[in-house]
Formats: sequence, structure tokens, C-alpha cells
Amino acid sequence: MSTAIELAAAVRSGTRTAVDVLDEHLAAIEATELQIHAFNLVTAAEARAAAEQVDRTVAAGDDPGPLAGVPIALKDNLCTRGVPTTCSSKILDGWLPPYDATVVQRLAAAGAVPIGKTNLDEFAMGSSTENSAFGPTRNPRDLTRVPGGSSGGSAAAVAAGFAPLSLGSDTGGSIRQPAALCGVVGVKPTYGRVSRYGLIAFASSLDQIGPFANTVADAAQLFEVIAGHDPRDSTSIPEGSPAVSEHLLDGVDGLRVGVVTELLGEGIAPDVAARVREAAEALAAAGAKVEEASVPAAIYGLSAYYLIAPAEASSNLARFDGVRYGLRVNAATTNEMMIATRTAGFGAEVKRRIMLGTYALSAGYYDAYYGQAQRVRTLIARDFAAAYERFDVLLSPTSPTTAFAFGDKTADPLTMYLNDVCTIPSNLVGDPAMSVPFGTGADGLPVGVQVLAPALAEATMFRTAAVLEGAAP
Amino acid sequence: MTATLLPEGWELIVGLEVHAELATATKMFSAAPNMFGDDPNTNIDPVTLGLPGSLPVLNEKAVELAIRLGLAVHCSVEPSVFSRKNYFYPDMPKDFQISQYDKPINVDGWLELPDGTVIGIERAHLEEDTGKSTHMGGDGRIHGASHSLVDYNRAGVPLLEIVSRPDIRTPDQAKAYVSELRSILVATGASDGKMEEGSMRVDANVSVHHPGEPFGTRCEIKNLNSLRSLGRAIEYEARRQVDVLEAGETIRQETRHWNEAEGRTSTMRVKEDADDYRYFPEPDLVPLAPSAEWIEQIRADLPPMPAERRARLAEAAGVPKTTDSVAVIVERDLDGLGLATLELGADPGRVLVHVEQNLSGDGSAELRPDLLAALIALETGGELTATQAKQVLADVIATGADPAEVAKAKGFEAMSSDALFTAIDEIIAGNPDEWERFRTGDQKARGKLTGFFVGQVMKATRGQADGGAVTARLNELAAG
Repeated sequence: MSTAIELAAAVRSGTRTAVDVLDEHLAAIEATELQIHAFNLVTAAEARAAAEQVDRTVAAGDDPGPLAGVPIALKDNLCTRGVPTTCSSKILDGWLPPYDATVVQRLAAAGAVPIGKTNLDEFAMGSSTENSAFGPTRNPRDLTRVPGGSSGGSAAAVAAGFAPLSLGSDTGGSIRQPAALCGVVGVKPTYGRVSRYGLIAFASSLDQIGPFANTVADAAQLFEVIAGHDPRDSTSIPEGSPAVSEHLLDGVDGLRVGVVTELLGEGIAPDVAARVREAAEALAAAGAKVEEASVPAAIYGLSAYYLIAPAEASSNLARFDGVRYGLRVNAATTNEMMIATRTAGFGAEVKRRIMLGTYALSAGYYDAYYGQAQRVRTLIARDFAAAYERFDVLLSPTSPTTAFAFGDKTADPLTMYLNDVCTIPSNLVGDPAMSVPFGTGADGLPVGVQVLAPALAEATMFRTAAVLEGAAP
Repeated sequence: MTATLLPEGWELIVGLEVHAELATATKMFSAAPNMFGDDPNTNIDPVTLGLPGSLPVLNEKAVELAIRLGLAVHCSVEPSVFSRKNYFYPDMPKDFQISQYDKPINVDGWLELPDGTVIGIERAHLEEDTGKSTHMGGDGRIHGASHSLVDYNRAGVPLLEIVSRPDIRTPDQAKAYVSELRSILVATGASDGKMEEGSMRVDANVSVHHPGEPFGTRCEIKNLNSLRSLGRAIEYEARRQVDVLEAGETIRQETRHWNEAEGRTSTMRVKEDADDYRYFPEPDLVPLAPSAEWIEQIRADLPPMPAERRARLAEAAGVPKTTDSVAVIVERDLDGLGLATLELGADPGRVLVHVEQNLSGDGSAELRPDLLAALIALETGGELTATQAKQVLADVIATGADPAEVAKAKGFEAMSSDALFTAIDEIIAGNPDEWERFRTGDQKARGKLTGFFVGQVMKATRGQADGGAVTARLNELAAG
């Protein structure tokens, strides 16, 4: 299987056509998508038109860009002009965005070929893709297991060979956790690195778009294409896209690596913990200085997250009221119509989080819940900042376990929420983190190791991941 | 009016919230046009409609205008934060409004009314407007309507909400405050201040109490869109509250609706039913921290405000700054002409009279101060009477000609005393009964008859006589 970088090189040099590359991937989708259900929609016709355009550009002697002719799958919470964008929810039934997300525009400018919209937990709320209104996605490594979530479709699409690249969104681990469970690379950039314009919001202060790929180098290439300032997102970092690919092979000699003590204890499966320790040894063998690192407040991330994220979600999802777009269930009055629409349109997990968030923001409870959670968030940021005084990067598991079976964690929402314990702190702090495959668990399923870095230090993070990729068993 | 508004022993307490639409080209958080009166749902874009995935980007001009107004009303400009005010309503596209809540941009200011009263301003904060619902198939209210139409053109229009302290004591003061605020909004360029187009909307918080006791429970009257409505609504509400309290009942804290046709307020919703707005900081925007340099540059660029202009004109004219004519002249933007004329040494009393009363016609604003000064010199030199001067001035405004030449062309020449006395004698002779009553009557009768005689003399002399001189001569003759 070719990497994205190899495909783009072939298309740019005229060795292969973009249409040929596309056909190869559409054939792969044709072969196994029915079992996997990575996609809510495969946009074959639009993809063909885009691929033909790339080929015309090459034929004219021009350069279509660094992702020329590379098929890419898009999480179905990224707005695509004139193409249904559902968030895997019934409430957006029939809505066609009148605009492309900034990342979609940047992909087009780089010559990439979007091939479809991938499945997710409804509004990105979940860790298994079981919360999709359109049915779950299956893990290509083991069809009896979940792919993780919420970006389960995007992770599965890459793992299944449907596309060498995909985009997801990560609010509490929604890129990294499915990447780990599906055995691919998944990156959550620094908050503000990638424009959120056109990403349908779950929790605005935590959401960040990022890449999935089979290799660290492909993920770095995609990251460079989508990163950089966007005036349409007020939380966008002013700088342009950072150069990370050119530092991928710089190695980790002398790099100070901390293994987060608090994220290797209770609740982490022994086989997963063992892979993380082996990863640390691999970095040490490559010249890094590896030590235990304590980030005491990290364990409070989960509690803070499940107040802040639902609070923001309760407000962000208010607009789905049946008045302007999407589903409308008619009723006698406007108010009753809104209630009927939201009752029919949202799934159980979305409703649960809207209620949690509404409660957390209520008069009389705000300080005890939302206010307190924000204070905890500040403490976590302080502890990470202190750790980064001593370390250049930190290491932890991405997910406490390998991929679990369907239905395993749906009965009790709290057991599902615990899946995010290692990934949530980066979202609360706004720092970058990525998951890189590193061996397998006792069940033979992939384990992901998480590399965490301080804000804007993606280059260091990527080159650490590249060393792990090379050393992976 | 205030003396008779409320029964003895009651005092009215009013605080006002004025929503002013800022005069930006585009909306608060998007590039959609900020334009009144266009076809419904034409000035919209993904951000205006709150489409999924859209994000707000703050309009720098709106911030600048907010700071301009804030500085003009002596506020301190502070680092501020936008929050979300959450409630469901069809004309609010995101089902939350972005508004400044606990950290507003302007705090702690004041403005001075023309009568010298100072009204405190608690805050003036930025927020976005909502769309506009039209309820069909009923009496225009949402209850009983068959369906509603929503126009989102107004959604996202930048608003400045200016909140006064409860320093207002009469309906007239409330009107004067809004009027002064409107002048300041226009002077700063922050808003066009057009109440009839909804550019300015007023909510009034009204309570009554006995002086010396704590303020009473207040009611908020929503959406008063003219000065007349404002005055009437406050007056009605104050009397209603006194009636309720004097009947031994209590006032419920509530929001009330003003019915212009019926001239009364009625309950909209009581406090217990109020929405819990679940305010929290808007995560899609960053805190707003205007630099000190920017604030100072805006301050330096501000034109003088009405109160300052009144003070300057009053000082130049040597009259109190609360003089009515001074307020009128500034309100009509004629204080520049007044000041320039005064600088040329013209008589201050005559300058104020002419600029306030005789400059309403076309071209008044272009009148050259030296021509007005020349006219006043003719008047004070006794060569023109007040009446003649007014006529000459009208011609000077229309033609730009020299006052002396206009006077000459009109045949206006100062009457000699002899000619004036002769004319007066003739009028007295022709009206012996009136003269007898003038001579022997009391102060009141003489006052009335003075008007009669002066009028007759004016008529006989075709306005050339000086009213003051006629009165003096009449009194002199009566005294014998």
C-alpha cells in the first residue's frame, strides 16, 4: 500500500493519474465498506471530478500541490459545500452546507481528493462510534470490535485502506483514541493551530481538527497543509503553518522525555502499560533522556472535562431547533415544535450531555460546577507547564485498553468516559498530542502510544513519533 | 410637571437602558451588511444565520465606536469579555446572544443634561441584535398567531447597551437624558440615533419610594421607541405604582409592556418566570483588550460633546451654561456660528436671540459670522429696531448681501426721537379711552394696554419704531 507522500509524488510526476489512484481506493471501499461502515457518504462523483481536475493541472505542466491526487476521507462534522454534513445525527437531516470548512478549502488547494464523509459518534460525543444515528463503524483490525471514537469512521477508513489520509476532530481524544484502537497515526494539534471554521462545534474551547494517516510522515504532511492562521476563526493562532516534515528525521538524541506516572497506574491495562514502557526504552536507546514525570492534576482532567465540554455543547447545540435547517417535527406552537424536533432529532448520549451542561451552567450551580471545572483546568495547565520545564515531550498510553467489543461499555456511560482519561488533559490545556502505533496487546490488537508536547511544539512531537514508528515491534 | 406628577411624599426613581445600533458598515461578527430597510433575509450570511460550523469574528469598527461613545460619556474603557446569553427564540439564530456580561467594555461614566443635572452611567457594553419576528394570522402577537415570519437582516447588528444609574427623577429628565445621549451618539458617529428606525430603543426601570427610605421594587418597561412614549410610560407606571402602594398592596418585580394606543403598561412576565440565561464566556472569541495607545488616539479624535459646547458658548456669551437658548443653539449645531460672531465683539444677548430664534431657514448654517455681527452692530447702534433686524437678517441669509445695504434697500432707517414722539402722540389722540385706562389703571391694565399702544405705533411706523423706546415714552407721558 502506497503512502500519501508516494501517491502525491507519483501524481505530480505524471507516473500515475489521480483518477487511477482514486479508482484503486474506490475499489477498496467497494470491497469491504459494507462490513466496516466507515462512511456516511462516499462522494465518488465529486471525487472523480476533483481527480480529473488534478490530472488536467498536471497535464498542463502545473503543480496541483503537495497532496496531489491523494484521496482523503472527511469526518462528517466538517462542512462541505453542497454535500450533506450530518454529524451522524438525524437532526441535520437534509441540510446542505452552503460553504466549505477552511480545512476543506486548504485540502482542495493542496490537490487532495475528498472521497467521502466518515461516520462518528453523534456530534462527536462518544468513544466508540456506537452513538452514530446511522449505525456503528467496525474496527478493520477486528470486525467484532469498536474502532474507537468519536472519529471512528476516519480512523477505520485509513486502517482499511479506503484512503491514505483522513481528517477527524479531537475534543477529548476523538482522533487519538480511535487512531490507537485502529492502529494508525492520529494527531491533535495545538489548540488554534488548525482553523475550526466549518467544523460543527461540540465544545468550542476544546475542539481541534487533525490528521489520521498510516505513517508519521503522511500525518506531518497533512498537518502542514491544514495548519496556519485563518482570519475566520478568532481563536486561530497568528502564525502560519509550521515546518514539521523537514525535522522528522532529526531524531531524539538528547531529548528530555517524561513518562507520565499518573497515566500509567490504575485503570491502564498491563499490556498497554508494558508497550508504553517499551516505547520509552526505545526512545532512550535512540539517545533520549527518559525519566518518570509527575503531572498530579492530570487525573482530574476527566471530571473537569465532563463539565466544560457538556456546558459548551449545551449552548452550541441549541441552534438545532427546527427553525432554519435540518429536521423539523411540526407541532402546535413554535416552542412545542422546537421540543418535538430536538426530542426526535438527538440521540440519548447527546441529550445526556445537553442536560449535564445545562445543569452545570444554571444559576446557583455555575460556580460549583462550570466555575470549579475551569479552575481545575487552570491547575492542570499549571502542572503541565511545570512538567515541560523539565521535559521536551511526555509519554503515556493513548487509550487504557485495546479495542473493546461492541456493547461492552454502552450500559454505563462512566465506563465509556474513562476511555478518555489519558487524552483529555491535552484538550483542556490546549497542547498538541498524537498517537502512534506501538505493538499490540495480549489480544493481538494495536496499542497506541501518546506523545504529548507543549503548545506549538509539534515539530518535536512529530520527530519523537517518527522514532517510535521506526522502533515499533 | 414633576410637581403634580405624584402625590405629596412620593419620589420617582428611573434608570434607563438604551440600546443603540452602531453605525458600522457590516455586522458585529460577520461581513454581512448592517443596513436598515432592505428586503427580508437579504443581509445575511452563514454567521448571521448561525449555520453549523460558522464562527464569529469581532468587527473592529464596532469596538472603536463603542469606545468613542464610552469616552464621550466619561467611562473608563476596560478589558472586556463576550459571553453567551442562552435562551430559545426563533429570531435568535444560534439560540444564544453574544453579549458582554460581567466584563463590559465601558464602565462608570456620566453625562450632564442641559439643565446641569448629572446622570451616572453604570456601563455601556457591546452585544449583537436579534432578528425580527412577524406573527401572522392573529393580532400581531405570538399568542393566537397561525404562523410567524422571521427576518434575520437585523440579527447580528452591533448594539451598544448603555445602562444609566437610577439617577433620573422625572419623565422630563428621562426624555432629556435620552435626547442628550442621542446627541452624543450622533456627535461621536457611534449611531445615527434614529428612534423611528429602531436605531435607539429604550427600556425604563421605574420605581417609587418615600424620600429617605430605600428604593421601591422596580418594574422594567420594555421597548419604548419614542421620547413621547418614554415620558408617557414612565408617568403612567409611576402613578400605577403609587396607586398600588397606597392601596396597601405591594409591587411585583416584573417586565411590563407599554401599549401606546391605550396609554398604559401591562405585565409581560414576572421575575419568577424569568429565563435562566446560563451566561458563560463565549469560547469562540478571545478577550478584548484595546491598547492604551488606541484608546488615547480615539480620545484625541473625538469632537467636543454637547455639554462642552454648551459650556463654551455660555462662557463666551457670559450667561449660565444652563441657559435655554444655549442648549437649543448647540442642539441645532449653530454654536460654531454663535461663537464666531461673539468673537467679532457682537452683543452677546442679540447673538443668542438671533441664532436661537431667527436662523431656521435654508442657508442659515452658511451664514457668515461677520454679516451677523454687522447686523447686530446696526441694531445696537440704534439704526435698526429688533423687528427690522429680523427682516434684514432673513434677506442676508437668502442673498448673502451686506446688512447695511439690505437695510437701506428696504428703506429702514432709524426714526428720530421727534418722529417717534409725534407718532405716539397721534396714536394717543386717536384712542382717548384706552389712553385714559392706561394712565389711571393698575399695573395689570397698563401691561395689557402697553401691548396695544406699541402695536398701533408699530403699525403706523411700519415697524420702524423701537418697541422699548415706545414703552418708555408711554410711561413717561402717563407719569405726566
